[in-house]
Amino acid sequence: MTNRLKSVILLGPGLGWLALLMVVPCGLIFTYAFFERGIYGGIDHVFTFENFVRATDPLYLGIFLRSAKIAFLTTIIAILIAYPAAYAITLAPRRWQTGLLILVILPFWSNYLIRTYAWIVMLNREGLINNTLQGAGLIDEPLSLLYNNFAVIVGLVYNYTPFVVLAIYSSLNRINVETIEASEDLGAPAWTTFHRVILPQTVPGIAAGGVFVFVLSIGNFITPDLLGGGRLQMVGNLIYDQFLSARDWPFGATLSMFLIAIMMGLLFAQAVLANRAAGQRGQD
Amino acid sequence: MRDRSNMGLKLHLVLFYTFLYVPILVLMALSFNRAGLPTVWTGFSLEWYGKLFTADPILLAARNTLIVALISTVLATIFGTLLAVGVETRHNSSVLDAVLFAPMIIPDIVLAIALLSFFTLLNMTLGLHSIILSHVVFNIAFVVAVVRTRMRNFDHSILEASADLGASEFTTFRRILLPAIAPGVIAGALLSFTLSVDEFIIAFFTAGAGQSSTTLPMQIYAMIRFGVTPEINAMATIVMFVSFTLVFFAQRTDKEVFSR
Repeated sequence: MTNRLKSVILLGPGLGWLALLMVVPCGLIFTYAFFERGIYGGIDHVFTFENFVRATDPLYLGIFLRSAKIAFLTTIIAILIAYPAAYAITLAPRRWQTGLLILVILPFWSNYLIRTYAWIVMLNREGLINNTLQGAGLIDEPLSLLYNNFAVIVGLVYNYTPFVVLAIYSSLNRINVETIEASEDLGAPAWTTFHRVILPQTVPGIAAGGVFVFVLSIGNFITPDLLGGGRLQMVGNLIYDQFLSARDWPFGATLSMFLIAIMMGLLFAQAVLANRAAGQRGQD
Repeated sequence: MRDRSNMGLKLHLVLFYTFLYVPILVLMALSFNRAGLPTVWTGFSLEWYGKLFTADPILLAARNTLIVALISTVLATIFGTLLAVGVETRHNSSVLDAVLFAPMIIPDIVLAIALLSFFTLLNMTLGLHSIILSHVVFNIAFVVAVVRTRMRNFDHSILEASADLGASEFTTFRRILLPAIAPGVIAGALLSFTLSVDEFIIAFFTAGAGQSSTTLPMQIYAMIRFGVTPEINAMATIVMFVSFTLVFFAQRTDKEVFSR
């Protein structure tokens, strides 16, 4: 059997599938972004930049900015929660660490809708949090915790923090322990050792986890749909609306292109950062 | 100083696990709640589970979900395993890595509208088959990721030994390579089954109109939009139990499955 034939058998079916049902469809909506919307909701094959101009309308720009703000806050909060959690896991006895990590990632493998719905149960006016606070006499009236940006951020942080824990754990795990010992032997206080020796070496992990959370949050549909207030919370909802209600596919396609562009930009930045870190390790 | 900061870290970890698991446990507990009120405890009951198993739309959705998950898992496992072997043994390139990573990071909604546009362009009738075609896309990516981890941690020289002893390429693949990576393949299959059972947005967009191709997550979404009900709590408990069982077995079969 020739080498070429073997490659075709091994790579052909899988890559063919991804090419036909991922690359081509994504290419298709890329071209749709430059077409006009038909009168009855179809596509008129007339070339235009109109959709891109329209996407910068303050109304839509506002939704993009709100999505970015929510995604950014989610990312920061997720990192602040995940870092100490990952650090605590690395300090645990070796034989416990796998178990502790599995406990972190296990909820991710349950249904996303259900995990988000769980927060409707937690945050509603008669939910666990309001009931507990009222029972403790801390509040008289139930708080409005649901159907606002707060609820969306809680939902996103809940769903995505586990990824950040894994990413930071794996970069903490790669640190050369001798650098920490050297810092301590030279008399550096614990905090100095942390922010001068440990933290810089885990920047690639923070970046990888952070980019992942940001990208998944800014393009999210379910969480703002179920936990947010109003119909057009974030870009994901806007795209959904263009396809299923407004029936303006070209404009929906344009919005998707913006999402993809943001995503690729961030992934590229993260890859550069990771490469630079790897280069530095190589020089040492 | 050090002990105190370690105590703080441990406390933080405990709080983090509490944050992760309390919502899930509250949901499960309330599924056994007698009262129709979904958030206040009034006594133990299995009533809501009974209701679930007699509701025709839910049984149909469960059947559809199983069909989609089974077929897409089988296809993705075969294609993904071949692909992982091909990439690890001959074609390691960063472009391929990007293509294989893309399905995991492209926002669901973008992939969903892209597939809907594509199927519409082809004038395809939508139904369970279009959901299956779509689910294979992201399932392949996960199978590849799991099997590649497995491939990297095994000694490639036994493949050369097999070839030196005169085994054909196919025999080496079937008798040496496949048994060696089998735990990864099984774990990848279990994970892709889990993902497919739980996937909502892409199924929602590619299912077409009509009730006949509704999947369980689509049914759950419709119920959640309708309001918080004890039936959702019961269904959520069953779905989570199924997912956790599958993931548990995936981890038992391939210990490295989560250490990507």
